[in-house]
Amino acid sequence: MCPIKSLDELKALRDKLKTDIDVREAGEAEGNIKVIVGMATCGIAAGARETMLAMLEEINKLGIKNVTIVQSGCMGSCYAEPTVELRFPGQEPILYGNVNSEKGREIVTKHIKDGELVQNLIIGRPFETV
Amino acid sequence: MSKYRMHLLVCGGTGCKASDSDGIISNLEKHIKEHGLENEVQVVTTGCFGFCEKGPIVKVHPDNVFYIEVKPEDAEEIVKEHLVKGRVVNRLLYVEPTLQERVGQHKDMAFYKKQIRIALRNCGFISPEDINEYISVEGYQALGKVLTEMSPEEVIELVKKSGLRGRGGGGFPTGIKWEAARKTASEDKYIICNADEGDPGAFMDRSILEGDPHSVLEAMAIAGYATGAKEGFIYIRAEYPLAIHRLQIAITQAREFGLLGKDILGTGFDFDLDIRYGAGAFVCGEETALIHSIEGDRGEPTNKPPFPAQSGLWKKPTSVNNVETFANIPPIILKGAEWFSAIGTEKSKGTKVFALAGKVNNVGLVEVPMGITLREIIFDIGGGIKDDRKFKSVQTGGPSGGCLTEENLDTPIDYETLASIGSMMGSGGMIVMDEDDCMVNVAKFYLEFTVDESCGKCTPCRVGNKRLHEILTRITEGKGTMKDLEVLKELGEAIKDTALCGLGQTSPNPVLSTMKYFWDEYVEHVKDKKCRAGVCTSLLSYYIIAEKCIGCTACARVCPVKCIKGEVKKPHEIDQSKCIKCGACYTACKFKAIEKR
Amino acid sequence: MKKVCTNKLTDEKFKALDEFIDKLSYKDGALITVLHKAQEIFGYLPVEVQLHVAQKLDMPAAKVNGVVTFYSYFSETPKGEHVISVCLGTACFVRGAENIIKEFEKRLSIKPGQTTADGKFSIDALRCVGACGLAPVVMVDGKVYGRVKVEDVDAILKNYI
Repeated sequence: MCPIKSLDELKALRDKLKTDIDVREAGEAEGNIKVIVGMATCGIAAGARETMLAMLEEINKLGIKNVTIVQSGCMGSCYAEPTVELRFPGQEPILYGNVNSEKGREIVTKHIKDGELVQNLIIGRPFETV
Repeated sequence: MSKYRMHLLVCGGTGCKASDSDGIISNLEKHIKEHGLENEVQVVTTGCFGFCEKGPIVKVHPDNVFYIEVKPEDAEEIVKEHLVKGRVVNRLLYVEPTLQERVGQHKDMAFYKKQIRIALRNCGFISPEDINEYISVEGYQALGKVLTEMSPEEVIELVKKSGLRGRGGGGFPTGIKWEAARKTASEDKYIICNADEGDPGAFMDRSILEGDPHSVLEAMAIAGYATGAKEGFIYIRAEYPLAIHRLQIAITQAREFGLLGKDILGTGFDFDLDIRYGAGAFVCGEETALIHSIEGDRGEPTNKPPFPAQSGLWKKPTSVNNVETFANIPPIILKGAEWFSAIGTEKSKGTKVFALAGKVNNVGLVEVPMGITLREIIFDIGGGIKDDRKFKSVQTGGPSGGCLTEENLDTPIDYETLASIGSMMGSGGMIVMDEDDCMVNVAKFYLEFTVDESCGKCTPCRVGNKRLHEILTRITEGKGTMKDLEVLKELGEAIKDTALCGLGQTSPNPVLSTMKYFWDEYVEHVKDKKCRAGVCTSLLSYYIIAEKCIGCTACARVCPVKCIKGEVKKPHEIDQSKCIKCGACYTACKFKAIEKR
Repeated sequence: MKKVCTNKLTDEKFKALDEFIDKLSYKDGALITVLHKAQEIFGYLPVEVQLHVAQKLDMPAAKVNGVVTFYSYFSETPKGEHVISVCLGTACFVRGAENIIKEFEKRLSIKPGQTTADGKFSIDALRCVGACGLAPVVMVDGKVYGRVKVEDVDAILKNYI
């Protein structure tokens, strides 16, 4: 490490490093878009981990900041694994089914980035949450 | 987004380390590797989360799940269930006693709800051993700001306006201290960080140094710029090995990054610092004594004036500030004086960290705004008294403070109000006591401490406290007289008025405050020869409750003077004339058939 | 008293101390730093070590002794093989540390600050290790035992016999 020579350099370093720990703030941030990947045994068997990693990569590539990716257990739509749920603040959740890596990337670019639904992947929610 | 999709924060504070948080970390890492998650999940050792009662703590991000009392063997389940399958491990969640519900997120826990974290802002959030993490949370930005945008006078003005006062005990305005050091002309000046946390039962300074050492280094450099000092010392207790270790790492990293040393951030400002070790002397928390100790001498205080700001370390102008005080500086610089002074009371601004301990459910470190009541701290944050016992007293300010009672619970606390009710803020120790604690014995405990720690330089403290302790011992042994109580009070007042330093002047506080609020108990000890809490053994007798005794002979066998008689399977009896009140029978009895009266 | 080390080893220890002193970048106010190192090397600070330090730092032995006796961290007597430190901070005190230390005293027949005749154990009273959540706390050679009860004392000692 060579010494930081000015405040501007320090600020640049901060901005670069900030992304390394924003995961810790994301959970507490209220306005984030939440991406929930179903990762129970069936989800994982169907490739949910690859999907999640692909989505993460895409989000990083596009430099999108306001997204929290979390995983959950079985969401009940085992016929359509891997499943991914998107929750925009203040909106009804959208559930996508049969999301492989490629489709995961598509969801990121279309829905998260441009706010456009990926119609052909949407599946109905099998239950009402009380 | 991070390189890692998940961060597991594991508390690496002294308390949690004592419960093997290192074992948790190595097990977590092992199982994460087994499941091939090492590129997705990062395990970070952080500083103290404050919730020490339920340690070790593991926090999972971004899910924001808070696990308590984690054992190394739980690591496997956390990895398999939570990290792989996304299922929260319910049995490791905190159960909110008032709701009887498991609470996953720390913001829903009563323990954290009323807290505002300024000094502890990074404790439990970043890794203290990685300067990059500190920089990513605005670390060293305040130093950059003062060096490039502010004159030293402006820095002092800002700190004065914020209303920040010394968090180590005295409550002296920090800005004024800096100003005095600035105004004394001298080629060499020094900044000292007082990390000689001597109050037994206070551990906030240690936690800050363990959890966020860079914030102290940054603030010391800022203080150096404001006062004109180029060199600093951190005086830390040798009993804090972990804090020392992390400080050493932090100093090395800060030097590598050019944030300590010559020409910091290209501004031409030089500042460097070094660690000096204390060696176990409470009086060294007093600033003049501390300075003598750094000089390599016996840590005896000297008269003020001259104040250290005029003539301190090696007779040069020196500003001595406490760890917690320093930790408040960077946010004040970045967020402004108004932001800080909006928190707190009229004369005491900002927050204070308290080490809540004793007979309270949630032992831990809490940072609360000044002006909060003791009731809120003990009952809302602290979760009330352990084992549903009755609250009796709370001791604040350590050996220099006083014992407060039920009627003080609703007083908004700040420097002034605590002093007006016979205690003090001190460094922020807060020990809760219940009906099983004898107030005379507590006063004796503190006096024993002071007698032990008195440096011996001035007579009131050296001899006076010794006499106080002797009288208290007499009273707890049932040999006290009413005259003794008078002498206690008179002598206590005299020591308060005449002792040389802060330690001596405040040492009678525990006696005087307990006499004020628990006078009846003193009189009971003297007149009735009774200790209602059942603590002072000389005033107790042990009795066997015949109905409960099954005649197992366990008590008779352990009695060292053979004063318990009785046949097998028949109730036993204690010969009071021979009993030496050792309590062996009491501990030996498995049937709760022996009582103290 | 048990003889802990041979003369040869002692020479080496003195040499290590001298090296440390020679390497110090400052001599002003170095006394306490040097004593810390000396205690780390020798385990305690006997008169010979104090005299040596006085000579090396060119100061009166009385001053060295004055500093050694002032600070409770420095010990002039050798410690036992296992050091039992009972925390007597306030948090531990109100949760019963007094009875714990008394139990250790009773079991080992020594007082705090003393070492057993066989050189196996010594007891120290400690002021707050900062693990107040685990009060009362006992530390044996750096290992922390939390929420100790009087009944646990035997079991703790057994680990070291």
